[in-house]
Amino acid sequence: MTAILSMNQITKDFSGGVRALDGVSLEVERGHVHAICGENGAGKSTLMKVLSGVYPVGSYGGSITFENHETAYRSINDSEADGIVIIHQELALSPYLSIAENIFLGNEIATRGVVDWPKTNREATMLLARVGLDELPSTPVLELGVGKQQLVEIAKALSKQVKLLILDEPTAALNDEDSAHLLDLINSLRGQGITCIIISHKLKEIRRIADTVTIIRDGQTIETFEMKEADATEARIIRAMVGRDLDSMFPPHTPEIGDELFRVENWTVHHPVDTTRKVVENASFSVRAGEIVGFAGLMGAGRTELAMSIFGRSYGSHISGTAFKAGKEISVKTVSEAIGHGIAYATEDRKHFGLNLIGSIAVNISAAALSKLSRFGIVDRFAENKVAEGYRGQMNIKTPNVSVLAGNLSGGNQQKVVLSKWMFSGPDILILDEPTRGIDVGAKYEIYGIINDLARQGKAVVVISSELPELLGLCDRIYAISEGTITGEVDRADATQERLMHLMTAGKD
Amino acid sequence: MSTTTPTRKLPKMQVDLRQYGILAALAVIVILFQVLTDGRLLLPGNLNNLIQQNAYVLILAVGMVIVIIAGHIDLSVGSVVAMVGAVAAISMSQWGLPWWAAVIISILLGAAVGAWQGFWVAFVGIPAFIVTLAGMLLFRGLTLVFLTGGTINALPGEFNAIGGGWLPELFGTIGEGRGSRDILTIVLGVLAVAMLITQQIRTRAKQRKLDLPVERSASFWIKNGVAAIVILALTFQLSAYRGTPIILIILAVLILLFTFVLNQTVFGRHVYAIGGNLFAAQMSGVKTSWINFFVFVNMGVLAGLAGVVTTARAGGAVASAGQSFELDAIAAVFIGGAAVTGGVGTVIGAVIGALIMGVLNMGLSILSVDAAWQQTIKGLVLLLAVAFDVMSKRRAGRR
Repeated sequence: MTAILSMNQITKDFSGGVRALDGVSLEVERGHVHAICGENGAGKSTLMKVLSGVYPVGSYGGSITFENHETAYRSINDSEADGIVIIHQELALSPYLSIAENIFLGNEIATRGVVDWPKTNREATMLLARVGLDELPSTPVLELGVGKQQLVEIAKALSKQVKLLILDEPTAALNDEDSAHLLDLINSLRGQGITCIIISHKLKEIRRIADTVTIIRDGQTIETFEMKEADATEARIIRAMVGRDLDSMFPPHTPEIGDELFRVENWTVHHPVDTTRKVVENASFSVRAGEIVGFAGLMGAGRTELAMSIFGRSYGSHISGTAFKAGKEISVKTVSEAIGHGIAYATEDRKHFGLNLIGSIAVNISAAALSKLSRFGIVDRFAENKVAEGYRGQMNIKTPNVSVLAGNLSGGNQQKVVLSKWMFSGPDILILDEPTRGIDVGAKYEIYGIINDLARQGKAVVVISSELPELLGLCDRIYAISEGTITGEVDRADATQERLMHLMTAGKD
Repeated sequence: MSTTTPTRKLPKMQVDLRQYGILAALAVIVILFQVLTDGRLLLPGNLNNLIQQNAYVLILAVGMVIVIIAGHIDLSVGSVVAMVGAVAAISMSQWGLPWWAAVIISILLGAAVGAWQGFWVAFVGIPAFIVTLAGMLLFRGLTLVFLTGGTINALPGEFNAIGGGWLPELFGTIGEGRGSRDILTIVLGVLAVAMLITQQIRTRAKQRKLDLPVERSASFWIKNGVAAIVILALTFQLSAYRGTPIILIILAVLILLFTFVLNQTVFGRHVYAIGGNLFAAQMSGVKTSWINFFVFVNMGVLAGLAGVVTTARAGGAVASAGQSFELDAIAAVFIGGAAVTGGVGTVIGAVIGALIMGVLNMGLSILSVDAAWQQTIKGLVLLLAVAFDVMSKRRAGRR
């Protein structure tokens, strides 16, 4: 075995004296799947940007050797010419173009500027077969789900004669089935001699696919080890990532459950465009004060749609059903009404629905309850700052002050800002949709602690999550939802991953 | 995006630095033309003209910056200025209404135009670019209908004074004849400085009391000292012409009012929230449609006021009035650091942007630069100002 890539003592500084990488070294064996783990902000993505030439040679320190020669990439084109292709977390496909056009975008099969369509489609078909995507090359990309789009990205990489494929959190947006397919594909690419670097938060995935793992923390390499070693456990990875032992993934939680606080009956929601389709059908559930209730469901099961339709009809059409707060029927037709009734909904999509990224932390925290800080329509900015500073301390938002823009924070800290915003609105009922998506292990633990605190204060908390261990570790009771229908309800004591998964995949009667 | 460890450099400071960058650009341009014109740029008469000639851009830019922060654009304001001017002139010369009634009608008409456009943008969901492009044609057409191709002159003196008159010399003058100075103008300058300093000191005291971060003493006093000297020098210079232009008072009130509205009111916050992230604003309970509607109503009111001012200064209504005013206002807003994508911008930035354009106009005119070249130069300045802004943002983004 020989190394295809070795990065030596890479350093990278940003303006303002921030050292993002502080002597990272990485050695990747040819034909291996090499996982890189680290908390958000540890420097993984920066390292990959250095490797792929996004940060041009000269803007970083250290040396990189790829295929026995020292690289000096000035742009991503240079690294692609060498066979290094990076696939980002946010996919970069053009939605209205076909699969074939996307695969060969910027790399068209053409003679003297005229595209050779038969050849393009033939090659695309072959590439699609290689990645196991059963679609016509002429299908527009916007008709594909995220999982299939990911495969198109990989086909595109293969078309560039990729030698080293870098995947940045490839399964973050995929459901379990698509994730499994993707991991199988990576496995088969390894068989074809393609080396792969995979950045991931999902330790199970790493365990399943990786040959070697490197852990980065605070811009430094902490350790690299082979996954076949006996002590290559998840606990070891976590320990290296956070620099401390996590006694348990979840802080202790003793529930003090009171009376029923929130109940929804016979909730039905139709698709906003295709109004004949029911996205949520006859859903009924309840939450008691001090209780943490989970919603387990696969992607597309209707979890988010249920939550958003309850929160001021933010999703869907022809919504029917009734909502009760402490036994009294309430109207939640607009977001302001829902907030007025003490309901808060922290979205799964922070960047799209949760935050004003070009606004300060303070402005974001006050956004849902500005009336508390204003009189006669005039905002008391001093009070606002005070409130925001309070949450910065209480929630441990890692930032020098609250005038920092939300867009400059890491995922975990952004999530804390979202939670602060809703806590400040003074809700009785909190619906948290994927509260730990895309955030690192250490910040997750903190968020779990915050959720427990909210329950202890007598609030009713609903947690929607794709991660079953998270629901099992956090919730007092879990509803399973499948194809828009609530298929079961399980108490903490009786809940197992197998049982939940069974309910989550149960079809309609 | 994973390099998001909070840095020591505060984004707030960067924003402020950009703001100072524009201010510095204005200062450089003023000094440059002051030298090139052998000191003629800031002669009392020219200073007075600078204010009266550019009043319309300043008024429109204040409304436009709010429209642009909310993520829209308004291409119709030039036509609205013409139409409002026509109606104001007709109401006085044909219906025999007093000047103040004409002003009220103008502003109500502006509000109605704003409500019309706001309705299509906010409640029907048509992009503002289209709605106001249609408005640009529509209101220009109506102006021609109202004026039937002619012009209306001979308006009441009180009306014309709004655009081209001065406050009475209440306290008399220092000296007589040429070289005399209006005492009221100087008094107003001193008052403005006193208000500025007390307000700043009070804010500072409150920040201290609440344990919030406070600006360093040295920079606080230098900043306010410079501002005070500039205000005093300009009013002193202005006093040697014919006193305080009435329009200057209107402008000062508008600038203060809308700075306050954007920074301190719930409405202002919601405008920034909508421009920054429409969906997040909706999900936070912001009534986005109504905010958008009122943004346009407000723009309409200010366009109505600009119509009054333009007609008053010209002393009459013509169908070609207000042509390309929308472009002047939009240029001022973008030179002033607003973002094309919305969510970013300040009233004071837009005002500085408008002044940069105004000083360029005046300086080049004094140097008798050909009008064709004047436009060319202004185009380049707009491009360079925004390019500078984009590049500095990119640098900030590469952290």
